[in-house]
Order: sequence, then C-alpha cells, then structure tokens
Amino acid sequence: MVINIDENLDSRFGHMLGGQGPAKGSLIGILQKTQEIYGYLPKSAIWAIAEKTGIKTAKIIGVATFYSQFKLEEPGKHQILHCKGTACHVNGASIIEDAANAFFESSNRPLSENGVTADGMFSLESVACLGCCSLSPVMMVDGVAYGSLNAEKTKKILGGVASGSLRE
Amino acid sequence: MRVVVGMGSCGIAAGAGPVYDSLKAGLEGHASAQLSIAGCIGSCYFEPIVDLIDDSGNKTTFAKVNERTAKEIAKMAIGEENRASFFLMPQEGHDFLAKQTRIVLRNAGSINPEEIDEYIAVSGYSALKKCLSGYSSEDVISQMEISGLAGRGGAGFPTWFKWKAARDAPGRQKYLICNADEGDPGAFMDRAILEGDPHAVIEGMVIAAYAIGASIGIVYCRAEYPLAIKRLKKAISDAYAGGFLGSSIYGTEFSFDLEIKEGAGAFVCGEETALIASLEGERGMPRQRPPYPAASGLWQLPTNINNVETFANVPWIINNGARAFAKHGLQTSRGTKVFALTGKIKNSGLVEVPMGMTIHDLVFNIGDGGAGVKAVQMGGPSGGCIPRELFDTPIDYKSLQQTGAIMGSGGMVVMDESTCMVDIARFFLEFTCNESCGKCVHCRIGTKRMLEILERIVAGEGQMEDLGLLESLATQVKEGSLCELGKSAPNPVLTTIRYFRDEYEAHIEDKKCPAKHCRALVSYSIDPGACTGCSVCKTGCPVNAISGEPQETHKIDSSACTRCSNCLRVCNFGAVLAN
Repeated sequence: MVINIDENLDSRFGHMLGGQGPAKGSLIGILQKTQEIYGYLPKSAIWAIAEKTGIKTAKIIGVATFYSQFKLEEPGKHQILHCKGTACHVNGASIIEDAANAFFESSNRPLSENGVTADGMFSLESVACLGCCSLSPVMMVDGVAYGSLNAEKTKKILGGVASGSLRE
Repeated sequence: MRVVVGMGSCGIAAGAGPVYDSLKAGLEGHASAQLSIAGCIGSCYFEPIVDLIDDSGNKTTFAKVNERTAKEIAKMAIGEENRASFFLMPQEGHDFLAKQTRIVLRNAGSINPEEIDEYIAVSGYSALKKCLSGYSSEDVISQMEISGLAGRGGAGFPTWFKWKAARDAPGRQKYLICNADEGDPGAFMDRAILEGDPHAVIEGMVIAAYAIGASIGIVYCRAEYPLAIKRLKKAISDAYAGGFLGSSIYGTEFSFDLEIKEGAGAFVCGEETALIASLEGERGMPRQRPPYPAASGLWQLPTNINNVETFANVPWIINNGARAFAKHGLQTSRGTKVFALTGKIKNSGLVEVPMGMTIHDLVFNIGDGGAGVKAVQMGGPSGGCIPRELFDTPIDYKSLQQTGAIMGSGGMVVMDESTCMVDIARFFLEFTCNESCGKCVHCRIGTKRMLEILERIVAGEGQMEDLGLLESLATQVKEGSLCELGKSAPNPVLTTIRYFRDEYEAHIEDKKCPAKHCRALVSYSIDPGACTGCSVCKTGCPVNAISGEPQETHKIDSSACTRCSNCLRVCNFGAVLAN
C-alpha cells in the first residue's frame, strides 16, 4: 500500500515524536496524538513510532486494535458517531442508522464496508454512549451532538453538513 | 444582574450555543448585565435553560430557550419591555429539583465551572484547608468511616477501608487515581459532575491524597467527553495557580501533583486492574487480585482508585461533618446517590436522592413516569431489569442485589410496553461481547454464544430449549470469568428471563414480539379511518416505502419497509398500526 502523507502534517508528526521523552506508559498518548494529526493511524506512522520508542510493531498494533478510539484506516471528511447507548436504543437509535444510509444512497454516495462513503465525504461509526442520554436518540457529527432525532431531522442535518450550509 | 446559560454537553446539544450568542448580542453595551455559563443542573428535558439572577440573588429560570426567546430574556435583563415571562420554567421543573437532596450536585448548574473564584465563593477548598490545618491522615480516614461513604462507581466498597489500606501500604511513592472512564451506556453522572463542578472532584482528590500519602494523582477520563476534559484541564491549571495543587499546599509540607490521562475507549478499563494496565500503555486487560492495587498498583506501587462521584462527596463531608452525611440514607447505605434517569420517561435528567428511596418514588414522583412503564434497567451491562412489581424496592446496595440487578454507577433506564425485554437482553450481550477483553475463554466465547442464541430468538427462530441453554451458559460465564465484566455480563439475560419469561415464550412459540419492536416479527400498516393524509410519515420514511397523495389515505409497501418504526413515532393521529 502506498501511503501519501501530507508533508506539512508529516513535520508535525516528526515534531511530536521527537519531543517524546522516554516516559513509561506513553504509548497510548503517542497514538492519540498521532491520530489527532492524521485522523487515523497510518502504517508509516506506526513504524516510525516503533523505531523511535523501541516498542515492537506487533505490540503497537495490539494496543491500537484493543481500543475503539483508534482507527487504522482513513475516515471520511465528516465523522458521524451514531450513539448506541441504552437510552438511545430504547428511544429508536436504529432509525438514525437507517436514515443515514438512506441519505447516502439518495445522494449517490454508497457506504462501503469500512464505513466510509464512496466519495470520502462521510464515515459512519456507532459508539457505545455519548452521555447525552436525556436527548436520545443522539448522533454526533464532527464533535457536535444533535439530540431528539428522527429520520427527517437526521437527513436534514447530514444534508446541511454535505452542502456546508450547517451552522457550526 | 447576572445571566447564566446552562452549558453542559446536553445543554449544548439542545442548542445552548446559539442561545448564548443571542444573549451576548442582546446584552452588548450593557455593563450592568453579566453573561456567564454554568454546568448541567440536571433537568435535561428543559434544556436549554437560562437563569436571570438579580443583585440580591433572586433567580428567575427560563426553560427550552431558543435564539428568539433569548432576545426577550436579554431585554428583561437590561430592563426593556419584553415578553420573557412567557418562557418561564414551569412549576414542575422547580418541583423536580425540590424533591432531591443535592450533595454531590450541590454546585452543578449554579456556579461557573470555568471560574475557580466561583467555587471558592461557595466555600470551595475550605475542606482541604480544614484537613491540612487540623486533621491527621487518620482523622480524615476516620471521618470517612463515620460518614459511611461507599464507592459510587458501582461496587459500593467502603471508601475509608480502601484509603486505610493504601495509607498502611509500605512505600514512599503512592498514586491516587480518579476513575472517570464512565463506560456504562446510559449513565452520564460523572460527565455532568466534571463539566459542572470540576473543582469539587479535585478538592476531594487532594484530601484523599493527603489521607493516604499520595504525591501523584491521575484522572483517567474517557476521550468521548471532550468538554469534561477541557473544563477539568482548566480547573487543574487554576488550582495550581491558586496553590491548591503542587508543592507546599496551604503552606504545609504536603505536595500533590495532578494530571489527566485520556482513555482510548474500552469499557473493561472501568475495572481497576485493567485501568492500571491502560495507564501503563498496555492493552486494558484485568489481572488477578490479590495483590490489590492498594498494595501493588500502578507501576507496582501502592495505588488507590475511586470514582468521580465518590471524590465529589468528600469536601462536603469534611465541611458539614461525617455525621451530617450519615444522616442521609439507610444504615447499610449512607448518603445520597446520583442517577441518570432516562428512557421512556418524561422528566429525564440527573437526580440526586437519599439512599433508601424506593424505585417507585424515583420513577413516578420525580421522573413522572407514565402508566405504561413496565421495568427499569439499573447498573447497565452488569445490572438487570427490575419489573414494576418490585418498584417498592428501596434503592440501596443490598436490596437491589436481591432483585438480580445492581446499584451500578447510577444509570437508570426506564422501559415501557414498547420496549422488548428480549431485545434489551440481546442489546446488552452485544455490548459485553464486543467489550470483552478476550482474556477469559468463558467471557470471550460464552457471551458470543449467548448473543447468537438471543439473535436467533429475536429473529423468530428460537426454540424453547434455548432458555435452558442460556441459563446454563450464564452460570458458566459467571463462574469462569476473572473480572466483573464477565461475572456480571449474564445479569441482563438472567433478570429478563426471570421476570419477563412470557416475552421470551411469545417470541419462541407464537413468533410474536409483544412490544412490537423486533423487526422480524412485526409489520406496519396504516388505519384508513385515522389517517388524515398529512404526509408526515411519508416525508420521514428513510426508504420511501410510504405512498399517498396529500389529504388521502397513505399506504405502506411492506416489501420495501425496513420496520424502523419512524412512521409509528412521528404520526400525530395514531394511524400507524404495528401488527
């Protein structure tokens, strides 16, 4: 696999990694910072971390795949977190997923198996709980939580995000 | 005059951001009206909430504020003619708060969590001063013992006992950890406390550190709570600047450093040995105890771990006296507990009540639960479903355990006749199966097999033998797992079989879902007599399975319908029928 890493980002990564001391137990923090830079954990970054810290690649991948926060593939431009907490489940969380999928289909950007739309615009991921249970069902788009959703509201919000007209 | 906007995560999700902007614009140029923010007061169903506080401290509260009504409130604040009184918080909103006993949530929603001075103004950090200037570490621990404070993370272990064990453990370097990895789906108490009153948690931690002799503290907070982390970071840096953290606190020899570590998303890390592994940069897998963390924890050094809510109680206990705390609640469970009341209930939000209140009082008197309520789920994936017949059960650690559920961290999801209990069991098993760390075979594979059986049942392909099989697997998973995740994973299945066996039988024998929830066993149609042709269902249908001209009876195409139930929920005329 060929990895294209933006040079500008690359220098931020190099700077972050270079500034890491030999602090014990810092692997998760390094991975979090890496993901902050790239949006996911590119293979080349994992190799670079292994080389710098002396931690084996297998172990890094082991840690990265254990925690749900880490992504090994590039996510979409806009990240949709669909809450699957208990309160959301009881109040019809599956409607959000159906509505999102319907929106992707109607706007000609089918969702691929890795959860990213064909045009790279959206990624859809379910999360255990966003902690906004009293506004269930809830989804979060690019860090902003939207509550008390139904199918129509969901489609409207995603439409607004796609066209860039949604107020941040 | 002060204008305060509730800006917890839930307030922001309900639209508090634009409300704040609108107030800011309306108050511009009027120095007499100060705009500020507060955390979540708990009445989430009335968010966004705005308070007007006049110079003598009288408070006027507005509910469900939007950008337009915010303009009216701004006019009221600056003494212009306005229509703000139309948007006052209804009496029931005030009653919701009046029925509670707020110790942990004493400041949440009333002080600005980003200003340390507002915390100090409500006697913040005075408990710490009292401890450092007049109490020995034994005194502090003995105060905790008299208060009867027990771990609010779920296990209910006496706090003083853990502190004493860590204090007595040999070693010069000790760690204190705050578990803010609130992973139970359906619980958000810790988030609200951290967002609304972060200094209370910090002060509780410094007092605990003094009691056990710890010099380094870590708050392990889940990354899904960005606002809590942001406010906590600010609070920690302000506490350093104020001399409440760092070296020589209050001029004594006592020093304590505090930092935040973000969790990376693993439910099992709520378990203390898994949390420690995660802090060490490893996969968060629990290990056998003993040795307990008090003897050998982070980096094999003595470590004490308590939950956010536990720490938030500590300054109140020191300030008001351990006996004042012990007066609340029952002999066996002292004090109060914060619950996240959600699900099929009108007044959803955060409530803090004395231990010993019955489930009935909490759900109906405070939560205003409807006639259709049939159960409440407590304790999340480790807990169970308590049926309405048992709603007279008092909320204390022991009584709840007898029902098969647990106190847990405080998630309380109310369920009504539209909630399928078999599906709820499947939902929790799916969660624990995903979150099993994989160390113990019974937890890793047993939960998977249980999930497959439950999936079969909700798909209408179950057999009566499946119930026995589920019960037998449940016993094996409980016995064959090292940590509480596995030991308690079967609880949701066991309690639903115990109390709602008829629902399982209906799925298996009659191929019916009594709650009309399970997609394989339900179909939707429109009642021509009730349909007004308003098209709300048609517009909302994600798969365009509904057809019909405006003002004419609509029709659902069963072959295209995915049974998502959106039409049933949005119809205002009860015209959508589930069969």
